[in-house]
Amino acid sequence: MLAWHVVLFSQERFPRPEFESGYVYPEHQVPADRAPVWEYIDLVVLVGALSAAAWLALKKRSRQGLLWLSVFSLAYFGFFREGCVCSVGSVQNVALALFNNAYSIPLTALLFFIIPLLFALAFGRVFCAGVCPLGAIQELVGFRTVKLPKVVESVMISIPFVYLGISVLSAATESQFLICRYDPFVGIFRLDAPYTMVIFGALLLVAGIFINRPYCRYLCPYGVLLNIFSRFSNRHLTITPAECTNCRLCEDVCPYDAILPSDIGRPVLEPEKERKRFLTYVLLVPVFAAAGAVIFGTLSPVFTGLNSDVRLAREIRAEVEQGIPAISQAALGFKEAGTTEAELFEKEIRIHERFKKGSIWMGLFLGVSFGLSLVSLSTRTRRTEYLPHKGKCYSCGKCFQYCPVHLNKIKNDKA
Amino acid sequence: MNNDKNKYQSRRDFVRKAGKVLVAVPVLGLPVVLSTKVTTAGTVWQIDPYKCNTCGQCKTHCVLTPSAVKCMHNFQMCGYCDLCGGYLRQGVRTISTGAENQMCPTGAINRKFVEEPYFEYTINEDLCDGCGKCVKGCKDFGNGSLYLQIDQNLCVNCNECAIARSCPSDAISRISDKVQYIPKEKI
Repeated sequence: MLAWHVVLFSQERFPRPEFESGYVYPEHQVPADRAPVWEYIDLVVLVGALSAAAWLALKKRSRQGLLWLSVFSLAYFGFFREGCVCSVGSVQNVALALFNNAYSIPLTALLFFIIPLLFALAFGRVFCAGVCPLGAIQELVGFRTVKLPKVVESVMISIPFVYLGISVLSAATESQFLICRYDPFVGIFRLDAPYTMVIFGALLLVAGIFINRPYCRYLCPYGVLLNIFSRFSNRHLTITPAECTNCRLCEDVCPYDAILPSDIGRPVLEPEKERKRFLTYVLLVPVFAAAGAVIFGTLSPVFTGLNSDVRLAREIRAEVEQGIPAISQAALGFKEAGTTEAELFEKEIRIHERFKKGSIWMGLFLGVSFGLSLVSLSTRTRRTEYLPHKGKCYSCGKCFQYCPVHLNKIKNDKA
Repeated sequence: MNNDKNKYQSRRDFVRKAGKVLVAVPVLGLPVVLSTKVTTAGTVWQIDPYKCNTCGQCKTHCVLTPSAVKCMHNFQMCGYCDLCGGYLRQGVRTISTGAENQMCPTGAINRKFVEEPYFEYTINEDLCDGCGKCVKGCKDFGNGSLYLQIDQNLCVNCNECAIARSCPSDAISRISDKVQYIPKEKI
């Protein structure tokens, strides 16, 4: 019994026994490996599903087809593959790889990032339409449409830009992968999650019954990139298969406010004034960029809280300076490991510097985005037909059935 | 007027084309920039047992319940002790297989008599929840032949491992999927 109380420092304290009974050592086994082949299968399925979505949205013009594709994607990428790696999260892998030498990015993660963007550049946001499992689960619960007031909507759709900025900053500084951590639906795919995330996911789904695709619209950081790329798409889903008759039947049906009305009926009031406003906004873009850089540069100490080393340093400093005992697991581990406080604080300073630099770039990006969105609001349009807003449109195809030209064409095709 | 309109259209076309180039170039350039950093091999998360300080968060922080972390046993390192620091609670009165004496909260360790005075300990992975209590006991009082590893059959390979995020000893990292385990070896 005394052996318990003897403090022994090294491991392998007891010699290997010499068995006399002919005992044979069991084999030291580790469990089987994970098969990497699945990730490549995922890639093939991704390209296949994107092609199918593009064909269904642009050529076949089938809302039902897109819904079935959503069911498939939800089943495969969501429930079967349990949500990892997804394009939304791959943003962080790319950011981490770009700014850190130690990390090498798996080819599959890189391609998951690039391929949907290239499809957006060619066909619009077909990824959102029926491939993304997060989009699919929301698409399938969106039964009713309640529109938010314009002001609320325009404030809310700027959240993803900030979220993208912060999560890229967080990944690039090796702090944490925010997008993955706060993914509301991955817990549903795995049928296992912290209860806060389950509640968050469930709330989004319930809200999504009325306010369709709340995650895509008000949070999804990858959606920001798709939005930008889709604006320059070669081809894009159209509301009507032939010439728009300006019947206005589709005007209010888009749950995402992504239908741009024709403005043939609207006279240009004061062209001189509009031109001036446009010019002012263009000149204001650098001002917004500078303001963003200054604001987020000053805010950078707030963001450093995302980094666990900084949190640890703060805890240790509080203990040293104010006598508040540091009792977190990280602090206990730190004390056990034997690195000095000076080293830790030095590291903290280095991390602070990286955050400062990153925050300034993030501010620039947000400022420019804000400025450009004002510019685009003040550009004069001359649309002779109802068109989808290429950036906002998820290519879901809900508007098809409201277009009489589309319905007529189907009827004629059948006849 | 007609002329004006054409000019207007072409200016927009120019902006559109310029924008397309502007967004396409970085994305197409990305593989080139990252060419030295891309690996065709995937990565998996694994615990370095030599860094692990058995804090117990592997049980609580994994996105799976029960955790994908399991205890492994290197028999070659084991002392086959009767008074096993991994199997028995500290300060037990009797050395027996009674539940009240066992370190493991789920009873996942089987103790089998080999010969006087040696006992063989095997882990029942189905019962193990990766709490690391036995690992700590074995490390503190024994040979350290028990250690934690992420079972790659169970692990869903999250983009960022939730345990790694909170691991106080930075023992969990991405490793190449060519070698997916870091077994403890006899020194």
